[in-house]
Amino acid sequence: MKILYYPGCTLKTDAVSFEESALLAFQKLGVELEELKRWNCCGTVFSFTTDNVMYHLAPLRNLLRVREEGGEAVFTLCSMCYNTLKRANRLFRDDPEKRDKIKNIMYQEEREYDGKARVVHALELLRDEIGLDALREKTGDRLSNLRLAPYYGCMLLRPDGLGVDDAEDPSVFEDVIRAMGAEAVDFPFRGECCGAYQTVEQPEVVAERTWAILDAAKGCGAHALVVSCPLCAFNLDKRQEITSHLHPEFESMPVLYLTEVLCLALGIPFGDRWRKEHYATVEPVLNRVLEVSGKSG
Amino acid sequence: MKSAPQKKIGVFVCHCGKNIAAVVDVKKVVEEVAALPGVVFSTDYKYMCSQPGQALVQEKIREHGLEGVIVAACTPSLHEATFRKAASDAGLNAFCVEMANIREQCAWVHQGEPDAATDKAIEIITTMVKKTGLDRALVEDTIPITKRALVIGGGVAGIQASLDVADAGYDVVLVEKEPSIGGHMAQLSETFPTLDCAQCILTPKMVAVGTHPKIKILAFSEVRSLDGYVGNFKVAIERKARGVDWTKCTGCGICMEKCPTKVPAEFERNLGKRKAIYSPFPQAVPNKPVIDREHCLHYTKGKCGICEKVCEVGAIDFDQEPEIIEEEVGAIVVATGFDLYSRSNLGEYGAGRIPDVIDSLAFERLLSASGPTSGEIRRPSDGKVPQTVVFVQCAGSRDPEKHKPYCSRICCMYTTKQAMLYKHAVHGGQPYIFYIDIRSGGKNYEEFVERAQGEGVVYTRGKVSKIYQSGDKVAVMGVDTLAGKPVRIDADLVVLAMAMEPRASSSELSRILKIATGPNGFWTEAHPKMNPVGTTTRGIFLAGCGQAPRDVPDTVSQASGAAGKVISLFSHETLTLDPLTVEVDEEICAGCGICVPVCPYEARTLDERKKIALVNEALCQGCGACMIACPNGATVHRNFSKKQILSMVDSLL
Repeated sequence: MKILYYPGCTLKTDAVSFEESALLAFQKLGVELEELKRWNCCGTVFSFTTDNVMYHLAPLRNLLRVREEGGEAVFTLCSMCYNTLKRANRLFRDDPEKRDKIKNIMYQEEREYDGKARVVHALELLRDEIGLDALREKTGDRLSNLRLAPYYGCMLLRPDGLGVDDAEDPSVFEDVIRAMGAEAVDFPFRGECCGAYQTVEQPEVVAERTWAILDAAKGCGAHALVVSCPLCAFNLDKRQEITSHLHPEFESMPVLYLTEVLCLALGIPFGDRWRKEHYATVEPVLNRVLEVSGKSG
Repeated sequence: MKSAPQKKIGVFVCHCGKNIAAVVDVKKVVEEVAALPGVVFSTDYKYMCSQPGQALVQEKIREHGLEGVIVAACTPSLHEATFRKAASDAGLNAFCVEMANIREQCAWVHQGEPDAATDKAIEIITTMVKKTGLDRALVEDTIPITKRALVIGGGVAGIQASLDVADAGYDVVLVEKEPSIGGHMAQLSETFPTLDCAQCILTPKMVAVGTHPKIKILAFSEVRSLDGYVGNFKVAIERKARGVDWTKCTGCGICMEKCPTKVPAEFERNLGKRKAIYSPFPQAVPNKPVIDREHCLHYTKGKCGICEKVCEVGAIDFDQEPEIIEEEVGAIVVATGFDLYSRSNLGEYGAGRIPDVIDSLAFERLLSASGPTSGEIRRPSDGKVPQTVVFVQCAGSRDPEKHKPYCSRICCMYTTKQAMLYKHAVHGGQPYIFYIDIRSGGKNYEEFVERAQGEGVVYTRGKVSKIYQSGDKVAVMGVDTLAGKPVRIDADLVVLAMAMEPRASSSELSRILKIATGPNGFWTEAHPKMNPVGTTTRGIFLAGCGQAPRDVPDTVSQASGAAGKVISLFSHETLTLDPLTVEVDEEICAGCGICVPVCPYEARTLDERKKIALVNEALCQGCGACMIACPNGATVHRNFSKKQILSMVDSLL
């Protein structure tokens, strides 16, 4: 199957490993991710504004591109992109007054957006299109020695009704981890905020969040945290540097993208460049995978 | 339109103190309406509903030989009955008396526009003169009453209602779907604010019900259908298959002792076990067991049969079938009670998967001397005595976005009680209560909360955002809105004061009884203030938490209120029917049957043989929906005919 793919800016700059691993893994799963020919910024935090429709133009333009290229659906990896695209889509569909305003502002576009592009996150694609059973069959037991903590963060689940799953009691991330052959730990901090953009002005605030979240994950017996958002990854991985200054007893913990884990599960080699993007070393995780393949091979 | 022979009509304009007279020029009204065709007399008076006012109406009826009376005053729901009675005493047919509402519909809404209001008052009276001119003198019909009551639900509400009706000398059929009466109150430990033991005050009443010569208990039974109307209901009740012949069973309990199959006990909120043949608790009434066919080895695997072997009187009857019992009753009390909203709905509180996060009824069982831990407070996961207990109020209540919008009303008080009883049992333990605000309205309730605070219960104002397992503790994250700080408490046990909701079975029962439920599923009362125990169906009354969450004293009061309504109904030999219903002109009726589904009271049926539609006058509430639906005008409301309505409209044009 083929699906149009919206990467978003970070995947082209700071989170190359996220994109590369996704392209490789989904290709192996028989899904071709075809990057949109024209795309722009998803709108990020600006699109939280609900009273000024100008801020919704960015995500809606991307959705219009999807329709222009003949797509019904658009695939995203970054939680924030997923959230902004989906939220703008809902505003456009459900609020006729704002829709009219937006249409008026977008008069110079060659065609009008019809509100019909469907936004699909990687987790949803794995659950709904590929199917958990099919995924389980394709992944084998390479990750059988691995306990992973799923980290949804805020954007995958909220606002309620727009997320990939129930906002208070989700299960899709755990289900996907299990389908990849690893153990999913029951992780109470899976939906906590990582500190988000506080990381710019007050990195210590984020480092404290990182401390709380990773310490809890460790308490649950996790070997690594799995994320689906470059900002979560930045905060929970790179900010470990400050965390270890604030809490000398803090032990670092690998933070992996969902798609990196998917590659490991499918037997795709972990790229050298990916390693370099990680602050906390991912070697312990890779070694655990190696142990299993060593035994079986 | 042909003019009917002119009736002699009198108009009585009321000042209602200043309510009407301050806006409407009553003198002018009296003058103007005097000139209307048919009006032979008109006057005004300061308070027409007062004794001299009513006497004035009666005097003028006699003096002028009035054939119709219009009282221009307040809404008919206030004083129509008053003036109909007065006129009737003076020899005028009560149904030739009408109210012209010039207070709510005129003076009150047009304050500051006296001229327009006066004109409108005259117009309102003009229309009523037209209607009254065509009013028929109606005669009230009577029907017999079966002086026997049905009470649905054997909790404390049903128990109290049954006892009150039976003590007044009338037979009662008490239907309970569980094997024993007692309801939720039987599960409680002690009751606020007096700390009486719930069992001690309830079981004597249960025994009184069980031994009362006028009360027939149908336990393990459910109402399946209802026909008829007030005074004359026919009910079909299913006695579920018990697997035990209760006429033979002596209640010795040997079967329960010897049964090898253990099942989580519903009565213990799954904190304890029962057998596959069981009675829910030792003080059960009737104290006879039933077999749980889902778990009994005889039914699941076709073997065992130990209970049959040990029963000395041969009461075990594996082949027993459910049976339908027909009962005729004159009145019904619906006392179906509540369920607790399930913990699985609260994902942020662990969705029911954390063993040491329990609901408030489960904690009652832990506190109860007859509970699974014999009254010692031990947490479910490892049986340790919890040293820190967090109580979370409004778990699912007061949450219009995601859960229940309403306040469950009793949680503030029972949580206070539970925290206090915990402190009494575990002296070194620390109870915390998270609350939105404390609602302690009730006799001695606020004092009780103060006492709890004095005894070391810590109240934290704020909501709990998240509860999760953290090692062998349960972490509770919340906010203290008075201190303005986030809080985290590592508790040993968390008790959720879950929202109360109506019994799941009440939507099915609503269909059977044809009584309404509101948006949250609770029974709808006839009037929220003036008739809180009645329903829109005559002869069916409400008691207990099925109508709205309430505590024991309020439930018992309401149950006695419902019983009082039943007794008052039964104190008459016959029932008088309101003649303000519809009737069918058989000459015109084509038997199309459109009126049948339109009727909300099931009063309309079709006589297939004669091809005409019929009206059950006992059921008809005179709403007029069928008259509107009737395509050829065969259905006519007795004193609201199309002719009357059109003449009223004409008088305004």
